[in-house]
Amino acid sequence: MSVAAEAAPAAVSDAPAPKRRRRAPPFAPYLQAMPLGLILGAFLLLPIAAIVIVSFWDYDSVQIYPAFVTLNYAETLGSWVTWSTLLNTLKFVAIVWAITLFVGFWVAYFLAFHVRTSKMQTLLFLVCTVPFLTSNIIRMISWVPFLGRNGLLNSALVEAGIVPAPLEFLLFSEFAVVLAMVHLYSLFMVTPIFNTLVRIDRSLIEAARDAGANGFQILWNVIIPLAKPGIAIGSIFVITLVLGDFITVRFMSGGQSASMGLMIANQISLLQYPAAAANAVALLVLVLIMMAAILRIVDIRKEL
Amino acid sequence: MQADRRTLEFYLLAAFFGLFVLFLYGPLSTILLLSFQGPNGGLTFPMNGVSLRWFQNLFETQAVGDFGGSFSRSLMLGLMVMATTVVVSLLAGLAFRRGFLGATPLFYLTISSLVVPSILISLGIGLAFQIAGLEPNWWSSAFGAHLTWTLPFGVLIMFAVFNRFSPAYEEAARDLGATSWQAFAHVVLPIIAPSLVGVGLFGFTLSYDEFARTLMTAGSFNTLPLEIYGMTTNVTTPVLYALGAVTTLVSFAVIGIALATIAIIARQRRKLGVS
Repeated sequence: MSVAAEAAPAAVSDAPAPKRRRRAPPFAPYLQAMPLGLILGAFLLLPIAAIVIVSFWDYDSVQIYPAFVTLNYAETLGSWVTWSTLLNTLKFVAIVWAITLFVGFWVAYFLAFHVRTSKMQTLLFLVCTVPFLTSNIIRMISWVPFLGRNGLLNSALVEAGIVPAPLEFLLFSEFAVVLAMVHLYSLFMVTPIFNTLVRIDRSLIEAARDAGANGFQILWNVIIPLAKPGIAIGSIFVITLVLGDFITVRFMSGGQSASMGLMIANQISLLQYPAAAANAVALLVLVLIMMAAILRIVDIRKEL
Repeated sequence: MQADRRTLEFYLLAAFFGLFVLFLYGPLSTILLLSFQGPNGGLTFPMNGVSLRWFQNLFETQAVGDFGGSFSRSLMLGLMVMATTVVVSLLAGLAFRRGFLGATPLFYLTISSLVVPSILISLGIGLAFQIAGLEPNWWSSAFGAHLTWTLPFGVLIMFAVFNRFSPAYEEAARDLGATSWQAFAHVVLPIIAPSLVGVGLFGFTLSYDEFARTLMTAGSFNTLPLEIYGMTTNVTTPVLYALGAVTTLVSFAVIGIALATIAIIARQRRKLGVS
């Protein structure tokens, strides 16, 4: 308080009376936005430029050379491995998206419409959020004692006599990849949908009921259309996270499945940077197409 | 939906929600349990006695690599990312609120930062540093890589906050003769303080747990997630779970501190009679 009191007279004498109502000088927003612009320029735009440049470079087993060859693209686009990997990635995207959308919508719906006090809503929402603020790697590892050959689930199933021998497909399989991705990413669907659902004007639902709509009609014709922006934002998160994922696929499939991200990560570890860069450009194009498609349907800027 | 009697729909959805929470916490609690595995126990149940053997093991450096070093690097990096994210997001939020030429492209750039896959950021920054002849380090390249993930969250939170922020408070302050700095420091800042704590929480935890963006940008010293990932391939004892338990508790502690701070701010406000 004392600092402000001292600063006040000086500041007032700086600004002549007629201009007092004027907001800060017009260049202030530029200064305020500059750090964000500089950081994103240096660590997002420049690196992407570097990837695009290096994707045209040449390489051998030892190092990479500045050049202009389209060989990296020809190799990656001309190989059936790339296309089947892409297909596999899109398969993960579709499955994980469908499951997280279903789970996310009903969890958000429960929180928004069935939990009565906002205090309880916040508490239950926090309960969902806490695991997402812990390490992804640890959360993946934590499935091992549960799903493994001698894990909890298999022991329980064998003991109950449901299966004669431990199920092998539970861990280190595509099933495990999908399970872990749903585990890791479903909050990204819950949060935006919850945000749109709690802001729905309850009188709209009353009006629909008064007009004779049944529960399903209210859900389908009132709630879901109003929840679309949240669904879109959640979908952008989940789709881009799954598209670029490599660590879940590598760890949970035990090396038995592939994705675009994993292919890039493997090429990086083999120091084939130009090949990795060409695939990275392809992945980026795919992500941008997906995002543009979703943004065409919903303008998320209005929703913030 | 606001009916007094609980419907069947409520019980079905409540059960679904309960299963979801179990799904989230179940696996995590198994590794917390297994980290107390007896000295001769393995990576899965049954528990072969109870011991603190694996927690001790964690601090014997030769057994599990450089746990202490990677932990302190991750902690330091998390704090750096947290502070930067709070300041930069707040400034950007103020700028967007006022509006400026190029606001829309910068907004879309921020969103892009959120959707560009982390492996691309990692590869790109690694290549950019290589081309520029710079050596990647956790405090330079990895720091920048983490910011590309935390800043969009921070900016979006500030966006949401300022969209709901009534300018009436500031105008009242101005009418009472406050300068723009005073209006900011004594009116705007206290009102948005809880959101800033939230931005800080995101900044710290997202950085502390980040793996993919650190992969090619950490340089010669590992951060904690890289160290843990390295362990998954060559450590076959429950020390892995002990490490998991310790890092998870650190995350929980950070979340607890953030929530407590928000609660304290809220209580002070109630005392002052402002909502």
